[in-house]
Amino acid sequence: MKNLIKLIMIATTGLVMSNASVVAQSKPLRIEINQGVIEPMPIAAPKFVAKGNGSQEYAKQITSVIVSDLAGSGLFREIPASAHISDINNFDAPVQFADWKAINAQALITGSVKVSGDNLTVQFRLFDVFAQSALGDGLQFQASKGNWRRMAHKVADAIYARLTGESAYFDSRVVYISEEGPKNARRKRLAIMDYDGANSRFLTDDNDIVLAPRFSPNNKEIVYTSYKSGSPKVYLMNVDTLKQRLLDEQPGMTFAPRFSPDGSHVVMSLTEGGNTDIYMVKLKNGAKTRLTSGTSIETAPSFSPDGQQIVFESDRGGKQQIYVMPTSGGTAKRISFGKGSYGTPVWSPRGDMIAFTKISKGRFHIGVMRVDGSNERLLTASFLDEGPTWSPNGRVIMFFRETAGASGAPAIYSVDVTGRNLKRVKTPSFGSDPAWSGLLK
Amino acid sequence: MTSMKLTLAAIALIGLSACDSNSSMGGLGKNGGGSGNGGISQSALDPASIAYFNETIGDTVLFLVDQSTLTPEATALLDRQAAWLLDNPQNSVTIEGHADEQGTREYNLALGARRAASVQNYLVSRGLTDARIRTVTFGKERPLAVCSDEACWSKNRRSVTLVTGGLGS
Repeated sequence: MKNLIKLIMIATTGLVMSNASVVAQSKPLRIEINQGVIEPMPIAAPKFVAKGNGSQEYAKQITSVIVSDLAGSGLFREIPASAHISDINNFDAPVQFADWKAINAQALITGSVKVSGDNLTVQFRLFDVFAQSALGDGLQFQASKGNWRRMAHKVADAIYARLTGESAYFDSRVVYISEEGPKNARRKRLAIMDYDGANSRFLTDDNDIVLAPRFSPNNKEIVYTSYKSGSPKVYLMNVDTLKQRLLDEQPGMTFAPRFSPDGSHVVMSLTEGGNTDIYMVKLKNGAKTRLTSGTSIETAPSFSPDGQQIVFESDRGGKQQIYVMPTSGGTAKRISFGKGSYGTPVWSPRGDMIAFTKISKGRFHIGVMRVDGSNERLLTASFLDEGPTWSPNGRVIMFFRETAGASGAPAIYSVDVTGRNLKRVKTPSFGSDPAWSGLLK
Repeated sequence: MTSMKLTLAAIALIGLSACDSNSSMGGLGKNGGGSGNGGISQSALDPASIAYFNETIGDTVLFLVDQSTLTPEATALLDRQAAWLLDNPQNSVTIEGHADEQGTREYNLALGARRAASVQNYLVSRGLTDARIRTVTFGKERPLAVCSDEACWSKNRRSVTLVTGGLGS
């Protein structure tokens, strides 16, 4: 897939109205997202200017995706077009800041969309309305028309980064399990979609149970568990060619795989004689190293972003709890101490937190704690919330929620690490086991 | 499908009575034994059949919450399974281990594997060879009962002994 999106900077100087005195700002316009934003920043994003034939619909859709990304983050609030005093009809004309200030827009996004043949060019600029100045240079993205959604996500990523000072997560994908059929005979298929649920497509048919896919660091491969051979086994798949292979040919059931941050190894659980332990497999030669031993259950391993440590769950103390050990194996330290059981730990891409599933008093929670186990915070609660996965910037967590009863079924949700902005991610059928990719290149 | 199952169950009941020499239906049993007209029910009645194993002996063992230890009811049933399997050496078994929905996916896979291994170990202790027994875990992927309370969960925390090969397979 040649999904190259070309990016160039476009000049902004001279665009700011010459007769307006530019207010010197001590600080750039910025939204602080550490404490959990209570009041989203009001932004205006008038429909991008369509340049030439066939650009109208793209301009409309691209603007709509950008707004949906930004507003969906919970950090921004769109001021609807109906409230706008003026339009942007010329991308290169000076901005009438007073018109945007009057409707209380703090940031203004302007843009243009041009179709030429199979190619699409998207330009945008970001303004601090109250300072009456541009925030960074204008940017231009070029790609084939089929990539229009990704280009919109890239624009939104750039705006998010400028307004928060942090990297974003919109141009990313989620691999998940699509589910259909009754609860006692679910048909499961591997599927992949954009982070917002768009462009969902299947990677497998529904002949075999498939579980818990995870992306490789370069987002091109996934590891997952399939019952293709009659019992659970870990497979690797290229998401573009759909070519798959069994990871470990030796006997034993294998599941709960995850790539190392450098992509060279896969860590997973292997069950032999009823005992489940954690093993590391070197992808180059298939060499397998055992990392845990004993009769307890050790599973759900996840690497620290520096590759030095592995967080996992074990019932060695009598109940499911979370432990951290060196990547070479050896002594593990328990980090979860609250009441209840803890499972499915996942290390944040920022390295600062562990997300987990907690089961307490018959309820399931998604929670986060520091890597030493302190500052535990529960973000959700329901009959069954399970399987957290981090956004590329470590600010959002996706998971699945299953409803109770005979007609109970799973759906994918996301929540900010602050506990705010809980919302459903729409999938064509039931969805479970989401795994977020890194930012696409 | 349902009526078929009912018929089989009924036949299995008759089969049980026929085997019981102290049955109050002794006369009928005698007649049945003498006539040899088992054309309709022969395959289901055959104690070497898989249907007999599944329905008369029982293929399912239940477990307590988060446990893989065998209850007295479980070992009693497994004793009968072992005896049948020793009498029918041409058959192999796959032991499926299952969990209820009140656990995370990975943990439940490991728990299902523990339950299947528990059953396997018990059958081996009763004289079966390892080579005849395969285990597989389904975790919470294949519940038998679909409600979300203990009435269903207790049915889903189970192992199922699937007989393969031999008569009636």
